[in-house]
Amino acid sequence: MVKAIEATGLPIVHMCTIVPISKTVGANRIVPTVAIPYPLGNPELDPKDEKELRRKLVRKALKALETPVTEQTVFS
Amino acid sequence: MTKKRIVHYINQFFAGIGGEEKADVKPEKRDGVVGPGMAFKGQLNDVAEIVGTVICGDSYFNENEAEASETVLEMIKSYDPDLVIVGPSFNAGRYGVAAGAVAKLVDENLHLPVVGGMYPENPGFELYRKHGYFVEVGNSAATMRKAIPAMSSVAKQIIDGNKEITGYMPKGLRENVFREERGSKRAVEMLVDKIQGKEFATEYPMPTFDRVDPAPAVKDITKARIALVSSGGPVPKGNPDHIESSSASKYGKYSLKDIDDFTPENGQTAHGGYDPVYANEDLDRVLPVDVIKEMLANGEIGSLHDYWYATVGNGTSVANAKKFGTEIAGQLKKDGVDAVILTST
Repeated sequence: MVKAIEATGLPIVHMCTIVPISKTVGANRIVPTVAIPYPLGNPELDPKDEKELRRKLVRKALKALETPVTEQTVFS
Repeated sequence: MTKKRIVHYINQFFAGIGGEEKADVKPEKRDGVVGPGMAFKGQLNDVAEIVGTVICGDSYFNENEAEASETVLEMIKSYDPDLVIVGPSFNAGRYGVAAGAVAKLVDENLHLPVVGGMYPENPGFELYRKHGYFVEVGNSAATMRKAIPAMSSVAKQIIDGNKEITGYMPKGLRENVFREERGSKRAVEMLVDKIQGKEFATEYPMPTFDRVDPAPAVKDITKARIALVSSGGPVPKGNPDHIESSSASKYGKYSLKDIDDFTPENGQTAHGGYDPVYANEDLDRVLPVDVIKEMLANGEIGSLHDYWYATVGNGTSVANAKKFGTEIAGQLKKDGVDAVILTST
Protein backbone atom coordinates (compact mmCIF):
# COMPACT_ATOMS: atom_id res chain seq x y z
CA MET A 1 0.00 0.00 0.00
CA VAL A 2 2.87 2.36 0.91
CA LYS A 3 4.53 1.61 -2.38
CA ALA A 4 1.40 1.98 -4.48
CA ILE A 5 0.81 5.42 -2.98
CA GLU A 6 4.42 6.49 -3.42
CA ALA A 7 4.38 5.23 -7.01
CA THR A 8 1.96 8.07 -7.83
CA GLY A 9 4.60 10.57 -6.71
CA LEU A 10 3.20 11.36 -3.26
CA PRO A 11 5.81 11.30 -0.50
CA ILE A 12 4.75 8.90 2.23
CA VAL A 13 6.17 8.07 5.63
CA HIS A 14 5.57 4.63 7.09
CA MET A 15 5.16 4.61 10.87
CA CYS A 16 5.49 1.04 12.01
CA THR A 17 6.94 -1.14 14.69
CA ILE A 18 8.50 -3.93 12.67
CA VAL A 19 11.04 -2.04 10.61
CA PRO A 20 12.36 -5.12 8.74
CA ILE A 21 8.87 -5.74 7.29
CA SER A 22 8.61 -2.13 6.20
CA LYS A 23 12.02 -2.42 4.55
CA THR A 24 11.05 -5.66 2.83
CA VAL A 25 7.85 -4.24 1.39
CA GLY A 26 9.78 -1.21 0.18
CA ALA A 27 8.87 1.87 2.23
CA ASN A 28 11.41 4.64 1.64
CA ARG A 29 10.76 6.83 4.70
CA ILE A 30 10.35 4.78 7.85
CA VAL A 31 9.69 5.97 11.42
CA PRO A 32 9.93 3.15 13.99
CA THR A 33 7.11 3.12 16.52
CA VAL A 34 6.49 1.77 20.02
CA ALA A 35 4.80 -1.63 19.88
CA ILE A 36 2.51 -3.63 17.62
CA PRO A 37 -0.77 -3.15 19.59
CA TYR A 38 0.00 0.54 20.29
CA PRO A 39 2.41 1.91 17.67
CA LEU A 40 1.73 5.53 18.64
CA GLY A 41 1.15 5.28 22.35
CA ASN A 42 2.12 3.58 25.54
CA PRO A 43 -0.59 2.59 28.03
CA GLU A 44 2.04 2.45 30.80
CA LEU A 45 2.47 6.22 30.68
CA ASP A 46 0.05 8.74 32.08
CA PRO A 47 -2.14 10.33 29.39
CA LYS A 48 -0.16 13.57 29.22
CA ASP A 49 3.18 11.82 28.70
CA GLU A 50 1.63 9.38 26.28
CA LYS A 51 0.34 12.23 24.14
CA GLU A 52 3.75 13.90 24.23
CA LEU A 53 5.32 10.63 23.03
CA ARG A 54 2.84 10.54 20.14
CA ARG A 55 3.50 14.20 19.33
CA LYS A 56 7.23 13.52 19.08
CA LEU A 57 6.70 10.54 16.79
CA VAL A 58 4.40 12.47 14.46
CA ARG A 59 6.86 15.40 14.36
CA LYS A 60 9.54 12.92 13.39
CA ALA A 61 7.27 11.69 10.60
CA LEU A 62 6.68 15.23 9.34
CA LYS A 63 10.41 15.85 9.43
CA ALA A 64 10.92 12.65 7.38
CA LEU A 65 8.49 13.95 4.77
CA GLU A 66 10.54 17.15 4.53
CA THR A 67 13.80 15.23 4.15
CA PRO A 68 14.98 14.31 0.63
CA VAL A 69 16.03 10.64 0.48
CA THR A 70 17.57 8.59 -2.27
CA GLU A 71 17.20 5.20 -0.64
CA GLN A 72 15.27 3.49 2.17
CA THR A 73 15.86 5.58 5.26
CA VAL A 74 14.94 4.87 8.87
CA PHE A 75 14.32 8.00 10.93
CA SER A 76 14.96 6.81 14.47
CA MET B 1 8.45 -50.85 -20.46
CA THR B 2 6.33 -49.39 -23.21
CA LYS B 3 7.34 -45.91 -24.21
CA LYS B 4 5.12 -43.07 -23.10
CA ARG B 5 3.39 -41.06 -25.79
CA ILE B 6 4.20 -37.38 -26.09
CA VAL B 7 2.53 -34.71 -28.21
CA HIS B 8 4.53 -31.56 -28.91
CA TYR B 9 2.94 -28.14 -29.52
CA ILE B 10 4.97 -25.54 -31.46
CA ASN B 11 4.31 -22.41 -33.49
CA GLN B 12 4.67 -21.74 -37.21
CA PHE B 13 8.20 -20.43 -36.84
CA PHE B 14 9.65 -23.53 -35.16
CA ALA B 15 7.74 -25.74 -37.58
CA GLY B 16 9.66 -24.09 -40.39
CA ILE B 17 6.52 -22.70 -42.01
CA GLY B 18 7.61 -19.10 -41.72
CA GLY B 19 8.03 -16.09 -39.50
CA GLU B 20 5.73 -13.21 -38.76
CA GLU B 21 4.22 -13.31 -42.25
CA LYS B 22 2.95 -16.83 -41.56
CA ALA B 23 1.75 -16.19 -38.01
CA ASP B 24 -1.86 -16.50 -39.12
CA VAL B 25 -1.68 -20.16 -40.21
CA LYS B 26 -4.41 -22.40 -38.84
CA PRO B 27 -3.73 -25.42 -36.62
CA GLU B 28 -2.37 -28.54 -38.25
CA LYS B 29 -0.97 -31.81 -36.98
CA ARG B 30 1.88 -33.91 -38.26
CA ASP B 31 2.84 -37.40 -37.14
CA GLY B 32 6.19 -37.66 -35.41
CA VAL B 33 8.69 -34.91 -34.69
CA VAL B 34 8.97 -31.48 -36.25
CA GLY B 35 11.64 -28.85 -35.58
CA PRO B 36 12.81 -28.81 -31.94
CA GLY B 37 10.99 -32.12 -31.43
CA MET B 38 14.03 -33.77 -32.97
CA ALA B 39 16.20 -32.57 -30.08
CA PHE B 40 13.62 -33.73 -27.51
CA LYS B 41 13.59 -37.11 -29.20
CA GLY B 42 17.33 -37.37 -28.68
CA GLN B 43 16.90 -36.73 -24.95
CA LEU B 44 13.80 -38.80 -24.29
CA ASN B 45 14.22 -41.72 -26.68
CA ASP B 46 14.66 -44.29 -23.92
CA VAL B 47 11.42 -43.54 -22.17
CA ALA B 48 9.10 -41.81 -24.59
CA GLU B 49 8.18 -41.22 -28.17
CA ILE B 50 6.94 -37.99 -29.70
CA VAL B 51 4.00 -39.41 -31.59
CA GLY B 52 2.72 -36.19 -33.04
CA THR B 53 3.30 -32.47 -33.37
CA VAL B 54 0.56 -29.86 -33.35
CA ILE B 55 1.38 -26.55 -34.99
CA CYS B 56 -0.48 -23.26 -34.95
CA GLY B 57 0.35 -19.71 -36.02
CA ASP B 58 0.81 -17.43 -33.02
CA SER B 59 -1.45 -14.68 -34.32
CA TYR B 60 -4.09 -17.14 -35.42
CA PHE B 61 -4.21 -18.75 -31.99
CA ASN B 62 -4.45 -15.46 -30.10
CA GLU B 63 -6.95 -13.84 -32.43
CA ASN B 64 -9.23 -16.87 -32.70
CA GLU B 65 -8.68 -18.42 -29.32
CA ALA B 66 -11.98 -20.27 -28.96
CA GLU B 67 -11.79 -21.87 -32.37
CA ALA B 68 -8.07 -22.57 -32.24
CA SER B 69 -8.38 -24.05 -28.75
CA GLU B 70 -11.01 -26.50 -29.83
CA THR B 71 -9.09 -27.65 -32.90
CA VAL B 72 -5.73 -27.88 -31.11
CA LEU B 73 -7.26 -29.84 -28.24
CA GLU B 74 -8.90 -32.31 -30.68
CA MET B 75 -5.62 -32.74 -32.52
CA ILE B 76 -3.69 -33.40 -29.31
CA LYS B 77 -6.34 -35.82 -28.12
CA SER B 78 -6.25 -37.75 -31.39
CA TYR B 79 -2.74 -38.97 -30.53
CA ASP B 80 -3.84 -40.29 -27.12
CA PRO B 81 -0.80 -38.87 -25.32
CA ASP B 82 0.48 -39.43 -21.78
CA LEU B 83 2.26 -36.07 -21.63
CA VAL B 84 2.32 -32.86 -23.65
CA ILE B 85 5.30 -30.59 -24.29
CA VAL B 86 4.70 -26.98 -25.31
CA GLY B 87 7.45 -24.77 -26.73
CA PRO B 88 9.96 -23.73 -25.52
CA SER B 89 8.60 -20.28 -26.20
CA PHE B 90 11.43 -18.22 -24.66
CA ASN B 91 10.32 -14.58 -24.36
CA ALA B 92 8.04 -14.64 -27.39
CA GLY B 93 4.85 -13.13 -26.01
CA ARG B 94 2.19 -14.50 -28.34
CA TYR B 95 3.88 -17.89 -28.57
CA GLY B 96 4.13 -17.99 -24.77
CA VAL B 97 0.48 -17.08 -24.31
CA ALA B 98 -0.58 -19.67 -26.91
CA ALA B 99 1.64 -22.36 -25.35
CA GLY B 100 0.28 -21.49 -21.90
CA ALA B 101 -3.29 -21.63 -23.15
CA VAL B 102 -2.61 -25.06 -24.65
CA ALA B 103 -1.18 -26.18 -21.28
CA LYS B 104 -4.41 -25.05 -19.62
CA LEU B 105 -6.55 -26.86 -22.20
CA VAL B 106 -4.64 -30.08 -21.68
CA ASP B 107 -4.60 -29.72 -17.90
CA GLU B 108 -8.30 -29.02 -17.60
CA ASN B 109 -9.70 -31.25 -20.31
CA LEU B 110 -7.34 -34.18 -20.61
CA HIS B 111 -5.88 -34.00 -17.07
CA LEU B 112 -2.41 -34.73 -18.39
CA PRO B 113 0.90 -33.24 -17.27
CA VAL B 114 2.36 -30.49 -19.43
CA VAL B 115 5.98 -29.42 -19.68
CA GLY B 116 6.82 -26.01 -21.11
CA GLY B 117 9.78 -23.67 -21.29
CA MET B 118 9.52 -19.93 -20.89
CA TYR B 119 11.56 -16.91 -19.97
CA PRO B 120 10.20 -15.89 -16.53
CA GLU B 121 8.91 -12.56 -17.82
CA ASN B 122 6.98 -14.11 -20.69
CA PRO B 123 3.36 -13.07 -20.01
CA GLY B 124 2.29 -16.62 -20.88
CA PHE B 125 4.05 -17.86 -17.76
CA GLU B 126 2.30 -15.51 -15.35
CA LEU B 127 -1.06 -16.27 -16.95
CA TYR B 128 -0.81 -20.04 -17.12
CA ARG B 129 1.88 -21.04 -14.60
CA LYS B 130 -0.42 -23.26 -12.60
CA HIS B 131 -1.31 -25.43 -15.57
CA GLY B 132 2.09 -26.88 -16.31
CA TYR B 133 5.68 -27.48 -15.34
CA PHE B 134 7.31 -24.45 -16.93
CA VAL B 135 11.07 -24.61 -17.01
CA GLU B 136 13.00 -21.34 -16.94
CA VAL B 137 14.72 -20.85 -20.28
CA GLY B 138 16.60 -17.96 -21.87
CA ASN B 139 14.91 -15.08 -23.61
CA SER B 140 15.67 -16.11 -27.18
CA ALA B 141 15.93 -19.20 -29.33
CA ALA B 142 19.71 -18.86 -29.16
CA THR B 143 19.41 -20.68 -25.83
CA MET B 144 17.59 -23.68 -27.33
CA ARG B 145 20.53 -25.99 -26.61
CA LYS B 146 20.17 -25.34 -22.89
CA ALA B 147 16.40 -25.36 -22.88
CA ILE B 148 15.96 -28.83 -24.39
CA PRO B 149 17.86 -30.84 -21.72
CA ALA B 150 16.28 -28.82 -18.89
CA MET B 151 12.75 -29.45 -20.17
CA SER B 152 13.56 -33.08 -20.96
CA SER B 153 14.75 -33.60 -17.39
CA VAL B 154 11.40 -32.46 -16.01
CA ALA B 155 9.54 -34.62 -18.54
CA LYS B 156 11.63 -37.63 -17.50
CA GLN B 157 10.90 -37.06 -13.83
CA ILE B 158 7.19 -37.02 -14.59
CA ILE B 159 7.43 -40.17 -16.70
CA ASP B 160 9.43 -41.90 -13.95
CA GLY B 161 6.67 -41.03 -11.52
CA ASN B 162 8.92 -39.00 -9.22
CA LYS B 163 7.07 -37.61 -6.24
CA GLU B 164 9.10 -34.44 -6.02
CA ILE B 165 9.78 -32.93 -9.37
CA THR B 166 12.52 -30.33 -9.57
CA GLY B 167 13.79 -27.90 -12.16
CA TYR B 168 10.69 -25.88 -13.00
CA MET B 169 9.42 -22.47 -11.93
CA PRO B 170 6.91 -22.61 -9.07
CA LYS B 171 3.33 -23.03 -10.21
CA GLY B 172 2.08 -20.80 -7.42
CA LEU B 173 -0.11 -23.57 -6.02
CA ARG B 174 -0.27 -24.68 -2.40
CA GLU B 175 -0.79 -28.25 -1.44
CA ASN B 176 -1.62 -29.63 1.99
CA VAL B 177 0.91 -32.14 3.22
CA PHE B 178 1.32 -33.96 6.49
CA ARG B 179 4.72 -34.00 8.18
CA GLU B 180 6.00 -36.28 10.90
CA GLU B 181 7.39 -33.44 12.96
CA ARG B 182 5.33 -30.53 14.14
CA GLY B 183 5.99 -27.02 12.82
CA SER B 184 7.70 -25.62 15.90
CA LYS B 185 10.29 -28.39 15.88
CA ARG B 186 10.94 -28.01 12.17
CA ALA B 187 11.33 -24.25 12.59
CA VAL B 188 13.82 -24.60 15.43
CA GLU B 189 15.82 -27.18 13.50
CA MET B 190 15.87 -24.89 10.50
CA LEU B 191 17.07 -22.01 12.68
CA VAL B 192 19.82 -24.13 14.23
CA ASP B 193 20.96 -25.19 10.76
CA LYS B 194 20.97 -21.58 9.66
CA ILE B 195 23.01 -20.45 12.67
CA GLN B 196 25.50 -23.24 12.06
CA GLY B 197 25.82 -22.17 8.46
CA LYS B 198 24.36 -25.46 7.22
CA GLU B 199 22.02 -25.74 4.30
CA PHE B 200 18.32 -25.55 5.02
CA ALA B 201 15.21 -25.45 2.87
CA THR B 202 12.55 -22.91 3.78
CA GLU B 203 8.96 -24.14 3.76
CA TYR B 204 7.68 -20.71 2.84
CA PRO B 205 9.83 -18.76 0.41
CA MET B 206 9.30 -15.01 0.74
CA PRO B 207 7.81 -13.34 -2.30
CA THR B 208 10.08 -10.96 -4.16
CA PHE B 209 9.06 -7.32 -3.91
CA ASP B 210 9.67 -4.63 -6.44
CA ARG B 211 10.86 -1.19 -5.45
CA VAL B 212 9.54 2.32 -5.93
CA ASP B 213 11.80 5.39 -6.06
CA PRO B 214 11.37 7.76 -3.12
CA ALA B 215 9.04 10.63 -3.94
CA PRO B 216 10.52 14.13 -3.59
CA ALA B 217 10.41 15.65 -0.11
CA VAL B 218 7.83 18.22 0.90
CA LYS B 219 9.40 21.69 0.75
CA ASP B 220 7.54 23.25 3.65
CA ILE B 221 5.43 21.00 5.83
CA THR B 222 3.69 24.01 7.41
CA LYS B 223 2.11 24.70 4.02
CA ALA B 224 1.49 21.07 3.05
CA ARG B 225 -1.80 19.16 2.96
CA ILE B 226 -1.42 15.92 4.91
CA ALA B 227 -3.49 12.74 4.80
CA LEU B 228 -3.72 9.86 7.26
CA VAL B 229 -3.86 6.25 6.10
CA SER B 230 -3.49 3.08 8.15
CA SER B 231 -3.25 -0.67 7.74
CA GLY B 232 -3.80 -1.12 11.47
CA GLY B 233 -7.56 -1.26 11.12
CA PRO B 234 -8.62 2.04 12.78
CA VAL B 235 -12.35 2.38 12.06
CA PRO B 236 -15.31 4.22 13.59
CA LYS B 237 -16.92 2.38 16.49
CA GLY B 238 -18.95 -0.56 15.18
CA ASN B 239 -16.78 -1.06 12.08
CA PRO B 240 -19.53 0.20 9.72
CA ASP B 241 -17.97 -1.26 6.55
CA HIS B 242 -17.33 -4.64 8.17
CA ILE B 243 -13.68 -4.64 7.22
CA GLU B 244 -12.44 -8.18 7.79
CA SER B 245 -10.09 -8.82 10.73
CA SER B 246 -7.73 -10.61 8.36
CA SER B 247 -7.25 -10.96 4.59
CA ALA B 248 -9.15 -7.71 4.07
CA SER B 249 -11.00 -7.36 0.79
CA LYS B 250 -11.67 -3.63 1.20
CA TYR B 251 -10.68 -0.38 2.84
CA GLY B 252 -12.83 2.31 4.47
CA LYS B 253 -12.91 6.08 4.05
CA TYR B 254 -14.03 7.98 7.14
CA SER B 255 -14.62 11.65 7.89
CA LEU B 256 -12.29 13.44 10.28
CA LYS B 257 -14.60 16.42 10.50
CA ASP B 258 -16.21 15.59 13.83
CA ILE B 259 -13.36 13.72 15.46
CA ASP B 260 -10.60 15.65 17.25
CA ASP B 261 -9.68 12.87 19.63
CA PHE B 262 -10.48 9.16 19.70
CA THR B 263 -12.28 7.72 22.70
CA PRO B 264 -13.65 4.24 23.44
CA GLU B 265 -16.99 5.57 22.14
CA ASN B 266 -15.98 6.75 18.66
CA GLY B 267 -13.24 4.45 17.46
CA GLN B 268 -11.96 0.89 17.49
CA THR B 269 -9.67 -1.39 15.55
CA ALA B 270 -10.92 -4.00 13.09
CA HIS B 271 -7.53 -5.69 13.02
CA GLY B 272 -7.19 -9.30 14.14
CA GLY B 273 -3.96 -10.89 15.23
CA TYR B 274 -2.96 -8.44 17.95
CA ASP B 275 -4.51 -7.57 21.32
CA PRO B 276 -7.07 -4.89 20.46
CA VAL B 277 -7.53 -3.63 24.03
CA TYR B 278 -5.11 -0.69 23.73
CA ALA B 279 -6.41 0.45 20.35
CA ASN B 280 -10.05 0.20 21.43
CA GLU B 281 -9.31 2.18 24.59
CA ASP B 282 -7.69 5.02 22.63
CA LEU B 283 -7.46 4.71 18.85
CA ASP B 284 -5.05 7.65 18.71
CA ARG B 285 -2.49 4.98 19.57
CA VAL B 286 -2.94 3.62 16.03
CA LEU B 287 -3.99 6.74 14.13
CA PRO B 288 -2.66 9.95 15.76
CA VAL B 289 -5.73 12.10 15.15
CA ASP B 290 -5.49 14.02 18.44
CA VAL B 291 -2.00 15.34 17.82
CA ILE B 292 -2.46 15.92 14.08
CA LYS B 293 -5.56 18.07 14.80
CA GLU B 294 -3.53 19.96 17.37
CA MET B 295 -0.74 20.48 14.82
CA LEU B 296 -3.30 21.68 12.31
CA ALA B 297 -4.62 24.19 14.84
CA ASN B 298 -1.19 25.57 15.72
CA GLY B 299 0.10 25.70 12.15
CA GLU B 300 2.63 22.87 12.26
CA ILE B 301 0.97 21.46 9.14
CA GLY B 302 -0.74 23.43 6.39
CA SER B 303 -4.00 21.52 6.15
CA LEU B 304 -5.48 18.07 6.65
CA HIS B 305 -7.33 15.87 4.17
CA ASP B 306 -10.94 15.53 5.39
CA TYR B 307 -10.91 11.73 5.57
CA TRP B 308 -8.80 8.93 6.86
CA TYR B 309 -8.44 5.64 5.03
CA ALA B 310 -8.17 2.36 6.85
CA THR B 311 -7.75 -1.28 6.06
CA VAL B 312 -6.45 -4.31 7.90
CA GLY B 313 -2.98 -5.42 6.89
CA ASN B 314 -3.28 -8.83 8.53
CA GLY B 315 -2.78 -11.48 5.83
CA THR B 316 -3.97 -9.08 3.14
CA SER B 317 -2.72 -10.08 -0.29
CA VAL B 318 -0.12 -7.94 -2.00
CA ALA B 319 -2.47 -7.59 -4.95
CA ASN B 320 -5.26 -6.16 -2.76
CA ALA B 321 -2.90 -3.88 -0.85
CA LYS B 322 -1.62 -2.52 -4.12
CA LYS B 323 -5.12 -1.95 -5.40
CA PHE B 324 -6.16 -0.15 -2.19
CA GLY B 325 -3.03 2.01 -2.32
CA THR B 326 -3.58 3.02 -5.92
CA GLU B 327 -7.24 3.89 -5.35
CA ILE B 328 -6.51 5.85 -2.18
CA ALA B 329 -3.66 7.74 -3.85
CA GLY B 330 -6.02 8.70 -6.68
CA GLN B 331 -8.48 10.26 -4.21
CA LEU B 332 -5.67 12.02 -2.31
CA LYS B 333 -4.22 13.55 -5.45
CA LYS B 334 -7.62 14.79 -6.52
CA ASP B 335 -7.89 16.61 -3.20
CA GLY B 336 -4.45 18.20 -3.57
CA VAL B 337 -2.79 16.22 -0.78
CA ASP B 338 0.99 16.78 -0.65
CA ALA B 339 2.14 14.03 1.70
CA VAL B 340 0.88 10.94 3.50
CA ILE B 341 1.39 9.40 6.93
CA LEU B 342 0.66 5.68 6.92
CA THR B 343 0.61 3.83 10.21
CA SER B 344 0.85 0.07 10.66
CA THR B 345 0.46 -2.16 13.65
